[in-house]
Amino acid sequence: MLSNLFPNIDVQDFWVATYETFYMTILALIGTVIFGILLGLLLYMTTKGGIWENKYVNWATAAVVNVFRAIPFIILILLLFPFTEFVVGTIRGPNAALPALIIGSAPFYGRLVEIALKEVDKGVVEAAKSMGAKTRTIIFKVLLPESMPALVSGLTVTAIALIGYTAMAGVIGAGGLGNYAYYFGFQRREFDVVFLCTVAIVIIVFIFQFIGDRITNKLDKR
Amino acid sequence: MITIDGLRKIFTTDQQDIKAVDDLNLSIKEGEIFGVIGYSGAGKSTFVRLLNRLEEPTSGSVVIDKQEITSLNTNELRLARQEIGMIFQHFNLLWSRTVKDNIAFPLEIAGVAKQEREARVQELIDLVGLSGREDAYPAQLSGGQKQRVGIARALANRPKVLLCDEATSALDPETTNSILDLLVDINQRLGLTIILITHEMHVIRKICHQVAVMENGKIVEQGDVLDVFLRPKQKVTRKFVEQVMGTPGEEESITELVEAYQEGKIVKLHFVGETANQALISQLARRFPIDINILQGKITQTQAGAYGTLFVQIVGDPAECSRALAHVADETSVEVEVIRDAE
Ligand SMILES: Nc1ncnc2c1ncn2[C@@H]1O[C@H](COP(=O)(O)OP(=O)(O)OP(=O)(O)O)[C@@H](O)[C@H]1O
Ligand SMILES: [Mg+2]
Repeated sequence: MLSNLFPNIDVQDFWVATYETFYMTILALIGTVIFGILLGLLLYMTTKGGIWENKYVNWATAAVVNVFRAIPFIILILLLFPFTEFVVGTIRGPNAALPALIIGSAPFYGRLVEIALKEVDKGVVEAAKSMGAKTRTIIFKVLLPESMPALVSGLTVTAIALIGYTAMAGVIGAGGLGNYAYYFGFQRREFDVVFLCTVAIVIIVFIFQFIGDRITNKLDKR
Repeated sequence: MITIDGLRKIFTTDQQDIKAVDDLNLSIKEGEIFGVIGYSGAGKSTFVRLLNRLEEPTSGSVVIDKQEITSLNTNELRLARQEIGMIFQHFNLLWSRTVKDNIAFPLEIAGVAKQEREARVQELIDLVGLSGREDAYPAQLSGGQKQRVGIARALANRPKVLLCDEATSALDPETTNSILDLLVDINQRLGLTIILITHEMHVIRKICHQVAVMENGKIVEQGDVLDVFLRPKQKVTRKFVEQVMGTPGEEESITELVEAYQEGKIVKLHFVGETANQALISQLARRFPIDINILQGKITQTQAGAYGTLFVQIVGDPAECSRALAHVADETSVEVEVIRDAE
């Protein structure tokens, strides 16, 4: 059926491309969660009045976050070529896209994490302090659980931006649906390929949005 | 139990320095319910937060149970805080945890083993009367129930002291009373020292033994609750007493009373913490062949007994009336003042 409607599609290639998009998105998301939460926590904890109040660390972290958010993603990939080659050993394929994807979206997610943490009731943090909690306990048992719905909905937004980034990365050789649409659709003027890739990406975005919303609602006991 | 010496907290803001707590000296006995009352901005919250160093003092010392809180390092302070319970106006529960898990939180912090934790949580849930609600989330509870969770949580590690900052100010009068009853119950059963901050004299009257009145960061008046009710010295204190006893415009109406009730004696009975003879009026009527007619008055209950005044008319044989009044004066702590003698 697929081959009737879309004569130029190679089913095998299409599934590989879809798989690669998922692969890049999920792995980049894992990296983004780790680095984003670290950045967000660092911003929140070192801010004025924070538990680790430190003007310099806060300023430096904010500077890194702002600089990397200011660089357009497509430029960031090019800029990171030497770094990618050093870390991954190649500049082609889904794995080569990961450093750029993570570095591109972690600062964005870091800001969302910071906002989520700021929403946590100060009184609850204070209550934990009054019970004699260690800072580690405050982070893992108060700050993160109490901001979890916002952390997850922020991650949903980030994931969707990431899917867009994977398509851009695809155009310069990272694989995935973006790559497939560009090389096999656009360059060969076979627009049914472009169209099907678009549909596939939209469906993937919807899947992420749906799962994200479900988890957010389930977590929120307020 | 608690000794506070020269305690001071100055907030430095861009515009000015605010002396939130200004050279405070206080000593609080073990097992006491100690009330601190004052208007908004008097420095009450700052004071109570200095006791467990949620706010760092500018100078002065706080000693709780022989331990100088103000000289502890971070780690020692953490351990000391596990023995100082605190409850808050807005409850400050973790919305992401159930009632049970909220109460278990301080036990987790103190490193109590899981089994022991569960047993202790159940004990506390029973103590504060929340049986059956252990798996509810805070969002599913009423304000009063939330504060019960707050109290259970504060008691989890068997603290020596309980700090309460406006613990009932977000609650309606009925719920306030039930929470206050719970605090008295805990105080009596566990012998816990309680420091309670409020701006409602009603709260002081109902449960406190001692009261300190705060104004502009200073304690302007302090003493037994009853003494303060009886002989308020400062203007602020008088205003707080009026919150409970009403304004003293009543004196004017006494002349009207005297005119309206021509017969017998008119007597003012002053209750100053009477506990043994609560049924005074009916006792008098039974023991002496006289009639007693209550004309006007207001009595309120404090932890030290009844407090207030009653105006009564006593009709009967003058000798019997005098004997009845002598009985009151000799056998009870009620003060007698004859407003008008029988003709
Ligand atoms: N963190 C702070 N920075 C600057 N000033 C503060 C700070 N906290 C409190 N103050 C000031 O200290 C004074 C005392 O405040 P505090 O909160 O102790 O009053 P309160 O008696 O508890 O009042 P309320 O009944 O409204 O709770 C106020 O003038 C307040 O503006
Ligand atoms: Mg206050």
